[in-house]
Amino acid sequence: MEEQAVSYRSVNENPCHMCMPIGAILPFKGVERSMVLIHGSQGCSTYMRRHISEHFNEPVDVGSSSLNEKGTVYGGEANLKQGLDNLIKIYHPSLIGVLTTCLAETIGEDIDRIGQEYLRERKMDNFPLVTVPTPGYGHSHSEGFSLAVKRILARLARKSPSHGRINVLVPNISPADLREIKRLLEIMGVRYTLLPDFSETLDAPFTSPYHKIPSGGTGLNSIREMPGAIATLQMGVTLEEGFSPGKYLEEEYRVPLFNLPLPIGLENTDTFIRSLQKVTGAPVPEILLKERGRLLDAMVDAHKYNFAGRCIIFGEPELVYAMAGTCLENGVTPVAVATGGKGAKLKTLLQTLRDRYAADAPDTGNGKGVGPVFLPEADFDIMRRTARERGANLAIGHSGGKYLTEKEGIPLVRMGFPIHDRVGGQRIFSAGYAGTTVFLDRITNTLLERKLSGYRERIYRQFYRGKKYDLV
Amino acid sequence: MRAGKETGMPIAERFESIGRKGRQKKTLRCGADSLAGSVSQRACVYCGARVVLNPVTDAVHLVHGPIGCAVYTWDIRGSLSSDAELYRSSFSTDLKERDVVFGGEEKLTRAIDQLVEKYHPPVVFVYSTCIVGVIGDDLEAVCKSASRRHAIEVIPVESTGFSGNKADGYRAACDVLMRVIASGQREREEAGESGSSSRDELAINYLGDFNLAGEAWIIRDYFREIGIPVNTVFTGDSTYESIRGAGRARLNIMQCAGSMNYLAGKMEEQFGIPCLQVSFVGLTDTADSLRRVAAFLGDEKICWRAEELIARESEKVKPLIREYRRKMKGKKAAIYVGGGFKAISLVRQFGELGIDVVMVGTQTGRKEEYETLFDLASEGTVILDDANPSELEKFMVEEGADLLVGGVKERPLAYKLGVAFIDHNHDRKHPLSGFTGAVNFAGEVYTTLFSPVWKFTRGGEVWENGGYSYGRASC
Repeated sequence: MEEQAVSYRSVNENPCHMCMPIGAILPFKGVERSMVLIHGSQGCSTYMRRHISEHFNEPVDVGSSSLNEKGTVYGGEANLKQGLDNLIKIYHPSLIGVLTTCLAETIGEDIDRIGQEYLRERKMDNFPLVTVPTPGYGHSHSEGFSLAVKRILARLARKSPSHGRINVLVPNISPADLREIKRLLEIMGVRYTLLPDFSETLDAPFTSPYHKIPSGGTGLNSIREMPGAIATLQMGVTLEEGFSPGKYLEEEYRVPLFNLPLPIGLENTDTFIRSLQKVTGAPVPEILLKERGRLLDAMVDAHKYNFAGRCIIFGEPELVYAMAGTCLENGVTPVAVATGGKGAKLKTLLQTLRDRYAADAPDTGNGKGVGPVFLPEADFDIMRRTARERGANLAIGHSGGKYLTEKEGIPLVRMGFPIHDRVGGQRIFSAGYAGTTVFLDRITNTLLERKLSGYRERIYRQFYRGKKYDLV
Repeated sequence: MRAGKETGMPIAERFESIGRKGRQKKTLRCGADSLAGSVSQRACVYCGARVVLNPVTDAVHLVHGPIGCAVYTWDIRGSLSSDAELYRSSFSTDLKERDVVFGGEEKLTRAIDQLVEKYHPPVVFVYSTCIVGVIGDDLEAVCKSASRRHAIEVIPVESTGFSGNKADGYRAACDVLMRVIASGQREREEAGESGSSSRDELAINYLGDFNLAGEAWIIRDYFREIGIPVNTVFTGDSTYESIRGAGRARLNIMQCAGSMNYLAGKMEEQFGIPCLQVSFVGLTDTADSLRRVAAFLGDEKICWRAEELIARESEKVKPLIREYRRKMKGKKAAIYVGGGFKAISLVRQFGELGIDVVMVGTQTGRKEEYETLFDLASEGTVILDDANPSELEKFMVEEGADLLVGGVKERPLAYKLGVAFIDHNHDRKHPLSGFTGAVNFAGEVYTTLFSPVWKFTRGGEVWENGGYSYGRASC
């Protein structure tokens, strides 16, 4: 596959990705009665809260050890312990995640030691304190997310008798998609543990009285028992092994691991449903067959419109991979794909995907054949240039893409995290056959809107040369 | 669920930062470091500096640090520009592990070179972040050498995140602005055009307005009409050149004192430019401020024209405000905003609308500002510094607030409590300043207080299950 050659870049212009700790906050929001404390300066926690809160439109409380100059010079131990004390006083959580930052990592804070010492001093030896090393300069938010899930498992999972459930491990997707995955599991009659599950906590119904920690999230006991599952289905085909929570369960507890793509797109959803069928051995219920049929019907209805689509896709690796597949199976050409990261595994996966579709693509001689080109370590400056060069007419990704709309007039189908300039980021629904159908509609309708607005004018300009040569 | 309900007590270390009008001496602990684990709503030094410098529209704003600091501040402000758009981009050196180990100076040097070559900016601001403060990159040296190489100003911003709070970031930004002003001043002196004789006898600088949703343009227009030229704004729709010329003004008028007090002091000290505190939030404050500036400049014609403008604009908006007031009288508001000036102005503005303020707090208010708040507030009002969500929830619920004024992080909390909300933050998209802004504000208060949605959250039969109410029946 073609890969955009990038020399070592010294400057990032308008980033596509975020830092490691913000990704690590999210899984904790999907664990029952859990809180997070960020060991670092006050700003980290506030900025991340703002960023997350504006996407989900939910209060997102995250503690900070509020490291100041003194803490930086002499060590932040006292701050961290005081932070834990206060967080417990205010929120009474059942689990606390402690994340590091650039600052804590660089001054060499040993959060494992401090954490253990804290629990001993407070006589809370059995309290689940989950530490996650997340230096902001380390990896992107996507790795932060997976690592946090892995560390939650490492702290809680215990050798358990076999209980017949399956583990379902998910990357950062919308609460709406989490709910859909749960619905599919239930329709298929599969008993499961979903981790993390912020479908209720980060898209909470309006209720009173208000609770500082919203109800919902994966139960601690369910997490403890995950080693007793029949298998792990992990939506993590792009995950590197060091960041794979499923790999951890396999290595430590011999739970068979099946990595699959997110169930977005027809083929990807089929893969998910077939995997579940292997567990149950039962036929696929009619309700799902109908949903699949309806998706297929929608794909047929829209296929000619979709062929005009040349999209640039960006966001987190798992989502981007699933979206690229959805586009390709509908004849929408992804001309470029970016995550902000290096995307080692993603690159190979996209190559395979592309090869499957490339054979049928005509050589129109303009070098604009079937994509996708993966753009490693891309920012929006690179994406903008690539989008222009390769004639993109559609962008699919988070709100950062508004830049492509503003600068290049490329319309944006909003997907992923964060969505800051529209409401409903938490409700963007794209998983399963039903979700894929509405996702596809969003794509097709964006293309149609572009085509139908101004086509009379465009054609008039292109072909109409006046009536003066006509015979009267 | 609303009025009179008791919620949990705040943590003991926070008691001194929370007061109640009439029950204690008129002072609060403020300006202290945030308490670990209390979930403060404050950001960091970098945030303070970035907010203040961001509206310098033709500058390259380069964040020397990991990606997070740049991505969380990318184009999130509603400051408008009449020309350059460069300030809306977030540039970062995107420090990685190897840079942390081996130092980031070379990378920074290359980043500056690339950006200058690509965008030809008149000035580059290089923001320091936590990590830079620890690994000890010499920003001053890198910037100095880049400055020589490119023959433009490349200025380090001392905004290492952990070295204080947001207010220290304001100071860091003011130091940078002062550097730019001073260099402009020096150049004029060398060209023999400085001194008080070179000053425009009427021109003013307008400090502490960030031209959010064009607010500085509205105020500039008022002054244009009454015959007072606005030299430059700190910092709203400001360019490098306009800031360099700041020394030409006869008077500084300052709105957001929290961020600009330090700069105003320095300018008075070094260039002898006096400063007048103003506020264009609310009708009373706007009229009063226009009058005081006109009076200060001492020209009868100007005073007369100011009165004309005030009379005309007030006449235009007063019937509307009166109507809103009739609807909203007796409602209770809570305020939690960044700085003291805004809190004070909002208390007055709610007064104009007949709304009682039951709670008022700020992230970085100063001692004098809290004293003013204690003076202004009605008996029993809760006043607090550097509050957290838990305290905001407690006092809104206990005091039965109908409305909260705050920023992005406070909004979902208010909504979950079934409380109306006003966005008074840096990303607002409609102006809240001047006469126009006063009407917008009243309209926004009305919109949120009287939305039909509250019918379904209060009163009527409850849809409930398991101890939770899921809203009220529609009929």
